[in-house]
Amino acid sequence: MKFTLSWLKDHLETEASLELILEKLTALGLVVDKVENKAEALAPFKICEILEAEKHPNADRLQVCRVNTGTEVIQVVCGAPNARKGLKAVLARPGDVIPSTKQVLKVGKVRDVESFGMMCSAEELHLGERAEGIIEVDRDAPVGEPYAKWIGFDDILIEIEVTPNRGDCLGVYGIARDLAATGIGKLQPLKVERIKGSYPCPISLKTDPEACPYFTGRVIRGLKNGSSPLWLQKKLEAIGLRPISALVDITNFFTHDRARPLHVFDADKLKGNLNIRLSKEGESFIALDGKTYTLSDDMTVIADDSGVISLAGIMGGESTGCGDATHTIFLESAFFDPIRIAITGRSLGILSDSRYRFERGVDPASTLPGLEAATQMILEICGGDASDVIIAGKEPDLRASLTFEPSRIKTLGGLEVSSQRAQDVLTNLGFEVKGQGNNLTVVTPTWRPDVEQEADLVEEVLRVEGYDKIPSTPYEDRPEQKPLSLLQEQRFVARAKLANRGLTEVITWSFMEHKDTELFGGAPENLVLLNPISQDLDTMRPSLLPNLLKALLLNQNRGAEAVGLFEVGPQFSDPTPQGQHMMVSGIRAGVLHSDHWLEKKRPVDIYDIKADIIYVLSGIAVQYDQTAPLWYHPGRSATLKLGPNVLGYFGELHPRILKDYDVKGPVVAFEIFIDRIPLLKRKSKSKLTLSPYQRVERDFAFVFDKNILAENLIKAVQKADPVLIKGINLFDVFTLEDDKKSIAIRVTLQPQDRTLTEEEIQAISQKIISSVAQSTGGVLRQ
Amino acid sequence: MNKIEQLRHNFLADIEKISTLQELEELRVAALGKKGELTLLMKELGQKTPEERRTIGAELNAVKETLTNALDQRKTQLEVDSLNARLAIETLDVTLPPRPVLKGTIHPLSHVMDQAIHIFGQVGFVVAEGPDIEEDFYNFTALNIPLEHPARQEQDTFYLPPSSADGQPVVLRTHTSPVQIRTMLNEKPPLRIIAPGRTYRSDSDATHSPMFHQIEGLVVDTKTHMGHLKGCLEEFCRHFFEDPNLKLRFRPGYFPFTEPSAEVDIWWKGNSWLEILGCGMVHPNVLRNCNIDPDVYQGFAFGMGLERIAMLKYGIEDLRLFFESDLRWVGYYGFEPESRE
Repeated sequence: MKFTLSWLKDHLETEASLELILEKLTALGLVVDKVENKAEALAPFKICEILEAEKHPNADRLQVCRVNTGTEVIQVVCGAPNARKGLKAVLARPGDVIPSTKQVLKVGKVRDVESFGMMCSAEELHLGERAEGIIEVDRDAPVGEPYAKWIGFDDILIEIEVTPNRGDCLGVYGIARDLAATGIGKLQPLKVERIKGSYPCPISLKTDPEACPYFTGRVIRGLKNGSSPLWLQKKLEAIGLRPISALVDITNFFTHDRARPLHVFDADKLKGNLNIRLSKEGESFIALDGKTYTLSDDMTVIADDSGVISLAGIMGGESTGCGDATHTIFLESAFFDPIRIAITGRSLGILSDSRYRFERGVDPASTLPGLEAATQMILEICGGDASDVIIAGKEPDLRASLTFEPSRIKTLGGLEVSSQRAQDVLTNLGFEVKGQGNNLTVVTPTWRPDVEQEADLVEEVLRVEGYDKIPSTPYEDRPEQKPLSLLQEQRFVARAKLANRGLTEVITWSFMEHKDTELFGGAPENLVLLNPISQDLDTMRPSLLPNLLKALLLNQNRGAEAVGLFEVGPQFSDPTPQGQHMMVSGIRAGVLHSDHWLEKKRPVDIYDIKADIIYVLSGIAVQYDQTAPLWYHPGRSATLKLGPNVLGYFGELHPRILKDYDVKGPVVAFEIFIDRIPLLKRKSKSKLTLSPYQRVERDFAFVFDKNILAENLIKAVQKADPVLIKGINLFDVFTLEDDKKSIAIRVTLQPQDRTLTEEEIQAISQKIISSVAQSTGGVLRQ
Repeated sequence: MNKIEQLRHNFLADIEKISTLQELEELRVAALGKKGELTLLMKELGQKTPEERRTIGAELNAVKETLTNALDQRKTQLEVDSLNARLAIETLDVTLPPRPVLKGTIHPLSHVMDQAIHIFGQVGFVVAEGPDIEEDFYNFTALNIPLEHPARQEQDTFYLPPSSADGQPVVLRTHTSPVQIRTMLNEKPPLRIIAPGRTYRSDSDATHSPMFHQIEGLVVDTKTHMGHLKGCLEEFCRHFFEDPNLKLRFRPGYFPFTEPSAEVDIWWKGNSWLEILGCGMVHPNVLRNCNIDPDVYQGFAFGMGLERIAMLKYGIEDLRLFFESDLRWVGYYGFEPESRE
């Protein structure tokens, strides 16, 4: 909401400084976004008059002008096509700073002719868009006066943010009322006179109460719709509105001054009487913006015999718009339901000052006074003869009667305010207050339908008193409690662990492109966004890997050859809370690290990523099920299981995925359902006894069928003597001919109560060999 | 000089000349080995008279001891020399880079989330969670945002197909506030929770990201008022921004789910007020929607953007880079993992 300081002072009698006014606005909740003093930057630029304009001797497109500055006559070379004798323009003199370029103007020679100034375009002064030629100032303008003052930019422009509940502050008067309540000034009462009609309104109304509860209007005939007077043009221009015609400017004035939108129909273009009703599916309507809108059911429209002529409260129609030739009008002032306006406006995508106000709530009690005030202004400016007022429906009463205990300002708001002070504040804001002490009855004003209960009244008093007065009260009780549950803590632990393993945490979108989900098991239709930001972000991801692969590609394209990334975030299998899974997923790609003088670079493999997982799982004994989802290499991947529960997957990514994502391999990945991991209980450890006896190491190399897994071997060995065998270190694996492979292990025996004899060691070795033979068919390599 | 004296003299002179351990050993054998000159002289003793045996024997033993000592000394000397010689050539360039250290970083948002949790944790807040895909009820209706409320337009909501069960709109949560509702419906007051997490709005430009993070706070008890809200947020901001004198400004705001509502600005770098969060006393309608009696219970709620406070604290300029996963960026703005084990 924009307004000028002088406009505010039309309604607020105040001696307060600008600074104080701005401070109070923000303290009231009308936060000041911007304050602009255009006059300062524009002060040097004065109105001048071109006395003569002759063609430049050396250039076809230039003119040499003799310009009256008000104190002297100077020569100015000008290239604008519209520079001509008699034109009043805006002059910059040497030494002035041109706002658009921030350059200081100098005396210059243009093609050998001296120029002692420059006549400015709107663009050069930051007053408008690119336009042909220099500014043309009104013929009546006083030569030598600052241009800014003439156009009303000697004023201060204030822009505030108005929250959606404060429709009343979308008019300058409402802002003045709030400021007056703080005690910095006095609200000037509005003087609205009833204009008696000199003839009955010739247009009759038919209204559907559901479409519009309250509608007023009248005809004014014999008027002339020329330009509006300068004071009105300047007011509107100062807040960025283009003056159009007297009638349009007057309705704009009331929209911004009183938050009271009005509409003017050219009555001569109306076909028959007005019918305010709900629209029907498929009806169409050409609005004032020249666009055709197709309406759906249940939009409030104003129709005549020709059909819809206005989208009530949002935008008028082209067919009944006012122009220079308008002599008779029908002036409308009505109350429309905010919700219906909001739905209609949104579904048709029409933004207008009127819609903006109606959907935030227009004071129903301003309907008739608004009509009268506008009538008066129209008669003053355009002349004419007003009819009687015609009214349909009844002014809705949105007031609420609330009981209010002022002690709540302290117990809810934290600020001690006396009952009397609270009553004064509320009264100044337009509330009616009855009762005394802690038992008040408060009736809300017609323009504040947002005040519905006691808490709202507390806020009203607090914001006038100032939130800064509330003393801050730190909590004294501080429960000794960990903020994170063990489950939540586990995610932070996983983060730290993976970063310690050399993976970098990233955060990627929770959505991805639908067609790519096919590569990762697909996503059901109910995870596809109805209004995605773009097609490549239209589906809730079924896995974190696709976005990690995109991140990988981006980094590979920027030259990274060793990439390790992980993310902690959700993936989705359905839209219910149970269908959202918290994941810790990561990828490693390319080489483990770049070339190094000590260590040769080597490609990453699944054993790198397996080490990452084992570290995250903190030694939980998971089973490796050698089947994994289809985005993994079928022979180089596994599902991590704990009993029947799937904890995650890891492996090399399927070559097809690498191709589709255009990334350089190898790429190994893991996905862990972090919330399925058994909680890291901080239980006490069992007692450790360090044996004083010699430990023994023995090496074995077994040969078996290549399908036998390392795990089978290790289990078989361990089984041979679960107590004495304290360690099995697998140190060599290689493939032999005839589909055989060899695995070499070093077994550590640690007795607790004696030193092992050679015979005992032999016996255990034999047990190991036979256990392996029995479980795996493996034999000792010769 | 007798023969023994001569032998002693010669050997001592030779020992002095020796420069390698090998030669020294050879010399030792020549003197004291089984067929060494001194050994042979000692073997000859048996043929001497007892008188000669005693005197010559004593002389030979003295020579043997002298030579043994000299040999040992020389050996030690040679060993020291040889070690020194070896060390003199065994040098490494200590300025060469060490073996590769593989260390990743924690994303700045995780770090900031962790800090926020820690600070609020000290005031007794515990972390609560809710799903990213929400029912309309939790994201809007229960929060006192009816269907056509203007506030809904200001939050550009992502929609999923309506629930097949009850036809309710399904949305990506536009704020972390639905966690308030879920918590109040499931737990009894007193409550002191924070809810950090992902949030979504269909807006994408230099200052808006379709996905971002918020942290929500909620207190419900019988006594909490706006003074506590101020105290709590002042404490947080001063800790978080590591400035015990940081100035905060509370000014009236509007949120459908709080009443009174406030916006909070911080006085930033001594030159301007920056808006950092919204808050207020939980709206009585919201309490009622969660079956909590607003005549008995009251409390406050707040919500703030984690990207916003991260950008302020660490001088990060471009919002979009948070989610681009450029290793150069994450490596620069990321944090070393703290030990959490």
